[in-house]
Amino acid sequence: MTEAADAAPPGGTEHGWGRLESALRDRRNRGGKCFVPYLTGGLGDDWLETICAVAAAGADAIEIGVPFSDPVMDGTVIQQANDRALSEGATPQSILAEVRGASADIGVPTAVMTYANIAHHMGYERFASSLAEAGISGCILPDLPLEEVGEWAACADAAGVETVLLAAPTAPDERLPRLCARSRGFVYSVGLMGITGVREALAASATRTAARIKAVTDMPVLVGVGVGTPAQAAEVCRVADGAVVGSAIVTRMLEGAGPDGVAGLVAEFRAALDAAHS
Amino acid sequence: MTAPAGGFMGEPSADGRFGDFGGMFVPETLVPACQELDRAFRSAWGDPGFRGELDRLLRDYAGRPSPLTECPNLSSELGVRILLKREDLNHTGSHKINNVLGQALLAQRMGKTSLVAETGAGQHGVATATAAALFGMDCVVYMGTVDIARQELNVFRMRLLGTEVRAAETGSRTLKDAVNETLRHWVAVADTTHYCLGSVMGPHPYPWMVREFQRVVGEEARRQCAEILDGGVPDVVTAAVGGGSNAAGIFAGFADTGARLVGVEPAGGAAVGRAVPGIVHGSRSYLMQDEWGQVLEAESISAGLDYPGVGPEHSHLAATGRATYEQVTDAEVIEAFSLLSRTEGIICALECAHALAWVSRARADLAGRTVLLNLSGRGDKDVDQMMGILG
Ligand SMILES: Cc1ncc(COP(=O)(O)O)c(C=O)c1O
Repeated sequence: MTEAADAAPPGGTEHGWGRLESALRDRRNRGGKCFVPYLTGGLGDDWLETICAVAAAGADAIEIGVPFSDPVMDGTVIQQANDRALSEGATPQSILAEVRGASADIGVPTAVMTYANIAHHMGYERFASSLAEAGISGCILPDLPLEEVGEWAACADAAGVETVLLAAPTAPDERLPRLCARSRGFVYSVGLMGITGVREALAASATRTAARIKAVTDMPVLVGVGVGTPAQAAEVCRVADGAVVGSAIVTRMLEGAGPDGVAGLVAEFRAALDAAHS
Repeated sequence: MTAPAGGFMGEPSADGRFGDFGGMFVPETLVPACQELDRAFRSAWGDPGFRGELDRLLRDYAGRPSPLTECPNLSSELGVRILLKREDLNHTGSHKINNVLGQALLAQRMGKTSLVAETGAGQHGVATATAAALFGMDCVVYMGTVDIARQELNVFRMRLLGTEVRAAETGSRTLKDAVNETLRHWVAVADTTHYCLGSVMGPHPYPWMVREFQRVVGEEARRQCAEILDGGVPDVVTAAVGGGSNAAGIFAGFADTGARLVGVEPAGGAAVGRAVPGIVHGSRSYLMQDEWGQVLEAESISAGLDYPGVGPEHSHLAATGRATYEQVTDAEVIEAFSLLSRTEGIICALECAHALAWVSRARADLAGRTVLLNLSGRGDKDVDQMMGILG
C-alpha cells in the first residue's frame, strides 16, 4: 500500500476513517480478506456472548441486526430470527444497552443493521447518538437508498457513526461513484438481485458487481447477500475485499448452537479466507 | 388551509413527495426498477395513444363510465341526500380494475411479461389476475393466510383466471405481509416482471401513478354531479380508506372545489387517525406503530382495509387540512352494510360500508346536505362472512 492510498479519500470524512473502516483497511493492508458476520440482536439469552465469541474467532467487524417487524430485504431465516427476538421482547433500546455494556469485551468494531423506521421513530439524531453512546461504529439502513439517505447520513456523520451504503448489481455506472462517495466504513456490494438467504452457488453478479465498485473506489468493498459458505466467501474474495455473511450464521443461532457453535462456523469462514488469500 | 403552489392532488415533487410525505424508501436493489417505472409512466401518461387505448379498455372491457345513483330510500331514512358512485358495477366488482388496466397496459409497453401483486380482500388480486389473462401475462399474487381463509371465493377466482396465489405466512399474515412478500419477490425478477401495486401507497411513483389511474372515478363523478346538481358539486365527498386509492380517485375530481373531503378508516386501522409518521413499504406516511417503531397489526372486519399504513398523499391532505379522516367501528359497518341492502337493494363491499357508516353516524350534522359516496365495490365476496355474523 502506498502512502497516498492510506490517506483519507477525497470525499471521505475530514477526520480520517472511522473505526470500522480503519479495521477493514488494516486487514486489507496486511494482505488479508475481511470477514463480517451478521448476528440478530436479542435472539436467545446468549446472543451477546455469541457476539464476543464470534469476535474472538476471527471476525474483523460484526453486524448486529436490530429486529424490525417488516424486513423487506430479508429472507426466511432472518425473518424468523427477527420474529423470535421480537417475541422474546427485544427492543432497539434493550439491544443497544446490552452492547454498550459489552463493547470492551467485543473488541472489534460493530455496525447496526436495521430498517429506516426504527431510526426514524426514535428520531435520526437521537438514534445516531445512541449508537455512538453504545460504542457502535457503523449503521446500515437498507431502505435508505442514495436519494433518501441524506437526512440520516448528516446526523450519523455528526455523531461519528459510519453509514454503510449498499450498491446493487443493477446500479448504473454513473451511480457507483456517488454511492461510494456517500458511503462510510465500507461499500456493501449486494451479491445478487434478491433477499438475504443461503444459495447453492455464488451468483455471477457477486464478483461482477464487486469488480465494478472496486474500479471506482479505494474503500473496502465487501460482498453480502447470497454468500453462505466458506467456499463461496473465498470465491467472492478473489475480487472483493471481504464478505458479509448473515443467514448461514443466524441459522446456527436459531438451531441453538450457542456461542461456541456459532464461533466454530465463523472460524471456518476465517480459515477459508486465510487459506485462499495468504 | 394553504393550498400548495400547484393546487392539491397534482404532480408530486421530483423526489416523489407530497409535502413531507412519500419518497422512495426502497433498497438500492429496487431503485432502478422504481426509476424505470417513473420514466415509463411519465412518457405513457403524456402519450395520447396510451391514454386512448386505456380509455377504450375502461369503456369496452371494464364497463365505464360507472353510473351515479340517487338513493331516495336511504336518503329519506338518513335525512341526507346520498349519491353513490357505482364502482361496484365495474367488471370484477370494484374500483381496483381502473388501476390494474392502467398498470397492465404500462407493463406491456415496458416489455414486461409477468405481473406480481399483493392483495388483501382479493379484489385487487382478482383484478390483476383478470388483466393478466387479458394481456396474456403470467401472474403471481401474494395473500396473507388470514385473508385466504376469509376470502376463499376470491382465491378461487384468481386461480380460475390462471393466476398462482401464494400464501404470505409471516407477521400478521394479512395485507401488510403480502406487500412484504411481493417486494421480496419483485426484487429478483424486476427485469421481466411488473409489480402491479393495488393502492396509492409504496415507493414513488406508485402513489402518484395509482391516483392518476383512479382519477377517472372523480372526473366522471364531477361531470355526473354537475348534471344533476345544476352545475354544482356535492357538499361532501366521502370514501373508505385502506391504502386510499378509491378515496384518492374520487377526491381528485373535487380537490379544486369547495367540497368537503372525508376519508373513513376502520377504528382498528386508523393510520391517519393516529397521525404518527413512519417509513414502511417504500414511503413516509402515517403509520400505526408501537413505541419502538415496530409496525402494528391492523384489525378490521374488512380485509381490504386491514392495513396499518396509508398512502402518503392522504397524510398530506390530512396534515394540510384539505381532507379530514373519520373512524368507524366494525359494529357500525355491519349496520351500514345491512342498511344499504335493505333500503336500496345494493349489497356493497364491507370496505365502502365504512363510508356509509360515517354518513349514518354524522347524519344530524349532514342533514339536508348532498353527499357523494364512492361505492368502491360489491359485497359478493363478503356475503359468506356476513352470513356468519348476521346469521
Ligand atoms: C371494494 C374495496 N374498497 C376499498 C378497498 C381499499 O383500498 P383503497 O383504500 O386503496 O381503495 C378495497 C381493497 O381491497 C376494496 O376491495
